[in-house]
Amino acid sequence: MLLLLTLLLPLAGALLTLALGQNNARYVSLGFSLAALGTGLALIPLVNTAGMPAYDLPWISNPNIHFSIAADGLSYLMVLLTIALVPVIILSTFGRQMDNARSFYALILFMEFALIGVFVATDGFLYYIFWELALIPIYFISLFWGDGERQNRSKVVLKFFIYTLAGSLFMLLGFIYLYQFSGSFKLEDLYALNLPADVQRILFWAFFLAFAIKIPIVPFHTWQAETYKEAPTAGSMLLSGIMLKMGLYSLLRWLLPVLPIGTIANTPIVIALCIIGVVYGSIIAIRQDNIKRLIAYSSLAHVGLIAAGIFTLSEVGFSGAIVQMLAHGVNVIALFFCGEIIYRRTQTYDINKLGGIRSQAPRFASFFMIALFASVALPLTNGFIGEFMLLYSVYEYNTLLSIVAGSTIILGAVYSLRMFQRTMLGGATDVTEDFKEITIGEVAAFVPLVAAIIVFGVYPKPIIDIAQPAVKAILEAIAR
Amino acid sequence: MSLYLLILLPLLGFLINTFVGKRLPKNVSGAIGSAAILGSFIISTILFIGFVNGSQAVIDVNFFDWITFGDVKISFGVLIDQLSATWLMVVTGIGFLIHLYSIGYMHDDEGFSRFFSYLNLFVFFMLLLVLGNNFVITFIGWEGVGLCSYLLIGFWYKNQAYNDAAKKAFIMNRIGDLGFLIGMFLILFNFKTLHFGSLQALIAENGIDHGLVVAITLCLFIGAMGKSAQLPLYTWLPDAMAGPTPVSALIHAATMVTAGIYMIARANFLFVLAPETMNVIAGVGAATALFAATIGLLQNDIKKVLAYSTVSQLGLMFMALGLGLFTSGVFHVVTHAFFKACLFLGSGSVIHALHGEQDIRNMGGLKKWMPITFWTFLISSLAISGIPPFSGFFSKDEILAGAFEHNKVLWVVSTVASLMTAFYMFRLVFLTFFRDFRGTEEQKHHLHESPFIITLPLIVLALLAAVGGLMGIPEVFGGHHWLKGFLAPVFSGGEGHGAAEHGLSHGAEIGLMCGAVAGAIGSILAAYFMYVKGGQLPVKEGEESGLGKVIYNKYYIDEIYNTVVVKPLMVMSTLAYEVFDLVIVDGLVRGLSKASLVAGRQMRLIQNGNIGFYLLLMVIGACLIFGVSILR
Repeated sequence: MLLLLTLLLPLAGALLTLALGQNNARYVSLGFSLAALGTGLALIPLVNTAGMPAYDLPWISNPNIHFSIAADGLSYLMVLLTIALVPVIILSTFGRQMDNARSFYALILFMEFALIGVFVATDGFLYYIFWELALIPIYFISLFWGDGERQNRSKVVLKFFIYTLAGSLFMLLGFIYLYQFSGSFKLEDLYALNLPADVQRILFWAFFLAFAIKIPIVPFHTWQAETYKEAPTAGSMLLSGIMLKMGLYSLLRWLLPVLPIGTIANTPIVIALCIIGVVYGSIIAIRQDNIKRLIAYSSLAHVGLIAAGIFTLSEVGFSGAIVQMLAHGVNVIALFFCGEIIYRRTQTYDINKLGGIRSQAPRFASFFMIALFASVALPLTNGFIGEFMLLYSVYEYNTLLSIVAGSTIILGAVYSLRMFQRTMLGGATDVTEDFKEITIGEVAAFVPLVAAIIVFGVYPKPIIDIAQPAVKAILEAIAR
Repeated sequence: MSLYLLILLPLLGFLINTFVGKRLPKNVSGAIGSAAILGSFIISTILFIGFVNGSQAVIDVNFFDWITFGDVKISFGVLIDQLSATWLMVVTGIGFLIHLYSIGYMHDDEGFSRFFSYLNLFVFFMLLLVLGNNFVITFIGWEGVGLCSYLLIGFWYKNQAYNDAAKKAFIMNRIGDLGFLIGMFLILFNFKTLHFGSLQALIAENGIDHGLVVAITLCLFIGAMGKSAQLPLYTWLPDAMAGPTPVSALIHAATMVTAGIYMIARANFLFVLAPETMNVIAGVGAATALFAATIGLLQNDIKKVLAYSTVSQLGLMFMALGLGLFTSGVFHVVTHAFFKACLFLGSGSVIHALHGEQDIRNMGGLKKWMPITFWTFLISSLAISGIPPFSGFFSKDEILAGAFEHNKVLWVVSTVASLMTAFYMFRLVFLTFFRDFRGTEEQKHHLHESPFIITLPLIVLALLAAVGGLMGIPEVFGGHHWLKGFLAPVFSGGEGHGAAEHGLSHGAEIGLMCGAVAGAIGSILAAYFMYVKGGQLPVKEGEESGLGKVIYNKYYIDEIYNTVVVKPLMVMSTLAYEVFDLVIVDGLVRGLSKASLVAGRQMRLIQNGNIGFYLLLMVIGACLIFGVSILR
């Protein structure tokens, strides 16, 4: 019941937020997101036990589609990431007055519903529905509440929409093709398929394309930076913090174990693409002047490494990827929030116009610095654990690649410290002269993020432990 | 319990000063910061004494599992043996003195409590570095002190030049860290453990492939090169002098920069198996020692001279390690910590008295006004120059004698570096403290000796610099080199081929010593005749010429790095974004969408609304389907 409740509470919340009017919207939505967090947390004792709820109801008889959801350790952690971050994202918007607030917050909750659905669905068709469902709210959020000029924004957002939708269609074709052989979309039936190698090799790309666009993996990334830049910060947070994990999660759940031979055959190309993305994103980030675009490219580098770890098809790679997905979700949201706070006070994301904020707002500077050093993987922050494991997994795969990928620890420091120096240090500029220290409400959004950064940097074991059975199961499915 | 306190007290001090420091009176905030370190120092002393009289056993405990995967388990654990105990004494002891000093030195700074919180955090990470019982815990400390170094170099963050220096330090260190990381991966991959003790046991049991151990040690050494400012990764350290002077003393002279030496000493069981790496270390160390010493000859910023001197002395320590003289390297780390901390703090006292002036061309005659600073500075300069019976004499002589025995080229290089050291140090002493004051009348009017809280640490450190050599009186003087015996359990595997005292006859050793001392005295006299008797002054800004100009400008290494590395990276970044990303990759995407648009536009024409045309197409289609199904 708890799992179903966790899934449905945001949906109910979305409807009620719409119903209860503009003034209450933010509180209603926060309340429901916290309720979902509560039910989700109550599941912790059940994780990886037989008591973990799962549902399987026939939905459509022909084609054979079930409403079936379940949560192993991997799914649970992704759900946890979602339900933990959405309240923070909602909280982070409190400093801004939103037009038509009830639609905005309802869309966020609806998005949460779809995201949770993606992570718990165990029927391919259901999963696909959630996957596409998640695209709709973020499209409207980005379109109607974004920063900057409307006309350019609608172009950018439309490109994002079509690009990811086009990718997903290949996945749909892939599912339909698989259905011919399995007779169902259920995960275990798909895992049981043993398709010929040449079919797998081609089918791999159908799924990979959908996921690679969503993650994104170079060269399918060109929607990303501009969308992050144009979307409202809450939207960028949803996109980068949670939504792109859909792609990474799907690699582990819906691609690798379903098409193991196809995966193994294509691993060299894919890992190479991922590592190129790591370096490429980092190098581009070095010269970016727009905070959000800079974060976008740094994010490109980070997820490239996560994807590379996944494609090493090793335990350390999977575990590292899962740890880093959670860490990246927290850190990138913290960074976007820093950008948002700066924008609220200065109306700009351009680091050339900023500077000297630290002397006006030392508390804010401390939060920013912690987020930044977590993102450059300083030990004892959550960013280190994942990066260490991922780089090691790449090392096991190929020494040279790990050195290339390892350059991220240097380049990451270059662009991150540059951003910090240009925005926060030095003397104040025209726009930062009256920079106000962060408010209690903003602190409230920061505190859980910083707590997560430190706690899981010092003691990551719970995450690793929860993920481990799922990691082993996926490895077994691949090795079948 | 005391083990937890040892590590957590500085962390506690950091937290207190971070969260409530601003609301506390300055003295309280400083006292809390200092007390935290004093607490750790007391615990360290108890441990150390325990090791000295043999009552303390080696501690190697795991607190909890940190990172686990497959059959790998990396624990959060500490190791306290004679080596870490020695470092503990240096870190907490000198750390405490510098905290005291900072109460006086930073008194008028608005970031007072912030300063103490960073210093405490630094000590915390330094303790992790020294106490880690596996490479990863040491790496936590390693990166953590890098963070604190970043924060403290850029302490006065309104000045962008300081921020640049801080950023440079962090990034350059990260280059080394990548080497460290790959070294760890090599070990982990082959041995499934990063725990020092287990690794040593595994290697003792099963041996290790020679190429592998060379690769591992080279990677680790790259890490050490970054942290300990060796060629070619040294340029951050002179810039790091942008930080407040107590920071330069603590982090960039006495403790953090010796982390590379600590790491190699800790992993000595690996390094001794890789003679090729040892040669590289010795070579890099000697080259750095000489190279930095030449730059030191012509610098005019009091802290820059000391910074290059630090780089040079670190080079000497690495040379010792490379020659297998681990104890000598550690010995020099300890004595260097005494006299270099004293020198930096002394320079801080001078800068304090002159309200921020750092150019020795504008100093002079200060011994009249600042006798304590002068005497302590003099003692430390004698120590660093290798004049007996001060501490530096013993530690440096040991290294030089070792070099003489193993490799004459290294001996010549390091001897020349040492002579230069004596010269530039006394150039500094004479220009700062002798003859007449060359600053403004205004400055002269305000000249004063620093308060007791500043001079006390100077006195203690000068005393240590004077007598620190007692730790390692060589046999030739009837001593038995206490430190060697003390550290023997740690270096048991390694020092077989590097015990200088046994290799050289006493006669040769005494001859070498006399030569070195005579050379040092000669250098000091040369400096005396030039700068005191001759009254020479370094040339004014921009008037340098020839080789002097090249050296004064540090061989233009920063400019070269800028042209060869930084600028191409920037160009690459711009090209990658503006050309590759926007034009090519996104161009393809836009091309695809445009293609579908065009296709759509063409296809649209088919839908022309003429029912007859549709019917025609339908009939053609039906015929085709029939045809195909019949033919099959």
